[in-house]
Amino acid sequence: MPQSFWPARLTEKGLLVQLARRLVLAHFWVAFVAFAIAILLGEWQMYVRSPLHAWVNNPELYYRSVTAHGTVMGYVMPTLVAMGFGYAICELALGRPLVGLRWAWAGFWIVLTGTVMASVPVALGRASVLYTFYPPMLGSPFYYLGIVLVVVGSWIWVALMSINLRLWKKDNPGRPVPLAMFGNVAGAYLWAWTSVGAALEILLLILPAAFGFKDTINAGLARVFFSWTLHAIVYFWLMPAYIAFYTIIPRAIGGRLYSDTMGRIAFALFLVFSMPIGIHHLFADPQVGSGFKFVHAVFTVMVSVPTLLTVFTIVASVEIAARLRGGKGLFGWVKALPWSNPAMLAVTFAFIMLGFGGAGGLINMSYQLNETIHNTQWVTGHFHLIFGGAIVIMYFVLAYDLWPQLLRCEPLSARLMRTQLWLWFIGMMVLTLPWHFVGLLGMPRRMAYFDYSHPALQPQAWGVTMSAVGGLILVISALLFVYILAKAHRGAVVEPEAYRFSTAVHESSHVPAALNSFGLWLALMIGLTVVNYGFPIVQLALTPAASVPVIPMGAKR
Amino acid sequence: MNASASHQVEAVAVAAERRWAMVVGFIVVLLIGMMIFTGLHWVAMPPSRVETIDPRTLHLSGEFVEDNLGTEVAPDGRVTVRLVAQQYSFTPQCLVVPAGVPVTFRGTASDAIHGFIISATNANVMLVPGFIATFTTTFQKPAEHLMPCHEYCGTGHEGMWARVQVLDAAEFLARSANGERPACAAR
Repeated sequence: MPQSFWPARLTEKGLLVQLARRLVLAHFWVAFVAFAIAILLGEWQMYVRSPLHAWVNNPELYYRSVTAHGTVMGYVMPTLVAMGFGYAICELALGRPLVGLRWAWAGFWIVLTGTVMASVPVALGRASVLYTFYPPMLGSPFYYLGIVLVVVGSWIWVALMSINLRLWKKDNPGRPVPLAMFGNVAGAYLWAWTSVGAALEILLLILPAAFGFKDTINAGLARVFFSWTLHAIVYFWLMPAYIAFYTIIPRAIGGRLYSDTMGRIAFALFLVFSMPIGIHHLFADPQVGSGFKFVHAVFTVMVSVPTLLTVFTIVASVEIAARLRGGKGLFGWVKALPWSNPAMLAVTFAFIMLGFGGAGGLINMSYQLNETIHNTQWVTGHFHLIFGGAIVIMYFVLAYDLWPQLLRCEPLSARLMRTQLWLWFIGMMVLTLPWHFVGLLGMPRRMAYFDYSHPALQPQAWGVTMSAVGGLILVISALLFVYILAKAHRGAVVEPEAYRFSTAVHESSHVPAALNSFGLWLALMIGLTVVNYGFPIVQLALTPAASVPVIPMGAKR
Repeated sequence: MNASASHQVEAVAVAAERRWAMVVGFIVVLLIGMMIFTGLHWVAMPPSRVETIDPRTLHLSGEFVEDNLGTEVAPDGRVTVRLVAQQYSFTPQCLVVPAGVPVTFRGTASDAIHGFIISATNANVMLVPGFIATFTTTFQKPAEHLMPCHEYCGTGHEGMWARVQVLDAAEFLARSANGERPACAAR
């Protein structure tokens, strides 16, 4: 059916056209079902390695589960959420139908195929290498090919976001790009360049060895390539959450966005500072010299800037909402906030978790303090708090917020949503705070079991038990989330109100060219990555002595 | 709202943003300053040498042959620990080191990527096959520490734990007389 068949009027009123609705729903449902399965695996892992369970008979099962959990939570779920949310933003913010719907469906099916292709060898125990790969260990080539397909599918989304923005700009010369779309396209470009690091690792180093063309691999170089992706991927996960902070939350709680410009600056700074910082994951590694470790440490400090700007702007926006509702006093306005509104609860929880997680992150990235916690359970606690906590709780919010549009259903039950969000927040705190603590005591990562009868490990036992309990609360919350979304499918069809994003206090008709386009920021992004990664990569690539024999995983030896 | 009131509102907003930008700038400068100060003043830095070694031959000749592993006291009194990590153990499985004396660790991996943390200390390093990891640390007082592998190295990773015995410096020197590599006391 030709594109023009779909009446532009519908999206101008803020309603997604029928087919894009199905597209967005397909992305969200696959993401959330995969999420629900992966969270069950996560809780199983927390349980079997805790003192509540005897040592798992076959530790390989544990690593198989960790690989599946990480692959879904790190690659599949956030990618599909970003894609689905991106398509919705494209229509809702630009007020016209998505161009390239067929391509979008093709991207979806490629991601789905990749997910299945990666899951099968993992389930069979042929790729228990964890989602961070760790060559010279090598799993089945189909695991890596599956990941490649997930990324290739998402690159179609990147291209579509870029094309749709370009077409809109051509028809609307000089008009400011809506903030939601600006953040959305920033996230797309960020992901395109972020994924290049792991893509180079897989295509140049891992696949030739996994297919058996080579029997050695440059493990040091592989780690450097992966660090390029490993840190910046967090900002790709985070983009939908930040778009929700800026463009959903102020409207949802009845306020205004304090500053539209600040949002643009934050998104642009994420593009610039996400990539050239990844070597802070390699502080303890022997294959990178101190000079580049220090440079990356300094740049890592800079990436806190967009988050600090966001915290200020969103808290100011929340204060505006409170004062519009009659809030008074220096802090008295907090009482006037709409606390029964799930969006209000969620942003509060997200900021508390972002605060704890951000403080922990400053320790991780510190050139010196990192030595205390590197590769301990502290790190796992940290990224569960930041990603699973602050970011995923905003995924819930954006799904709740879009659901009445996508399904044309009645508003979802605020009581159920509040319960779900509270459970997620409590569960995440109970999971991650003891997790950080046992890490400080020196408990190492990624172990299928621990000998809690050892006097040195005994003090850590209660913390691991607490985390398992926290995980159980999270499982309940996740299932409730899926239930709330599924239940809406059975309700009556109603025509929803027009969807709108937050409006800023000062809606300007003009924004500086630099903040209405991406040229400058993309040039900085690529330039800084080349400067900060070029030398370590070339140096390692020219070190043949760094190539070491591969270790096949799950194969008969 | 008339034009001048709107200007006033905007001026207040811009001033608040500017103040916050200064706070952010201060935080950034403080963090970088702390890194530089502790790095230079305490010489506290992550391991930083890039040195390669062939994992296929390290057992046969050179620094990491078996009888050169463990803790060596050089004639000039410098203490060096050499160790190799493999699936799923360290060689040696128990290290003996003196308290209150700088100890230099030199380690590598013969197969997968490994790493270790010495519990209750800041000794923490990655062992990547093909490279030698080097760092120097000082143990404050006699104690016994656990030393687990902290990087996923295969499906036996959970069983890869070594020990570190920190002895009083005098006792350590007595045990390592005549260039011997001291062994751990029986538990």
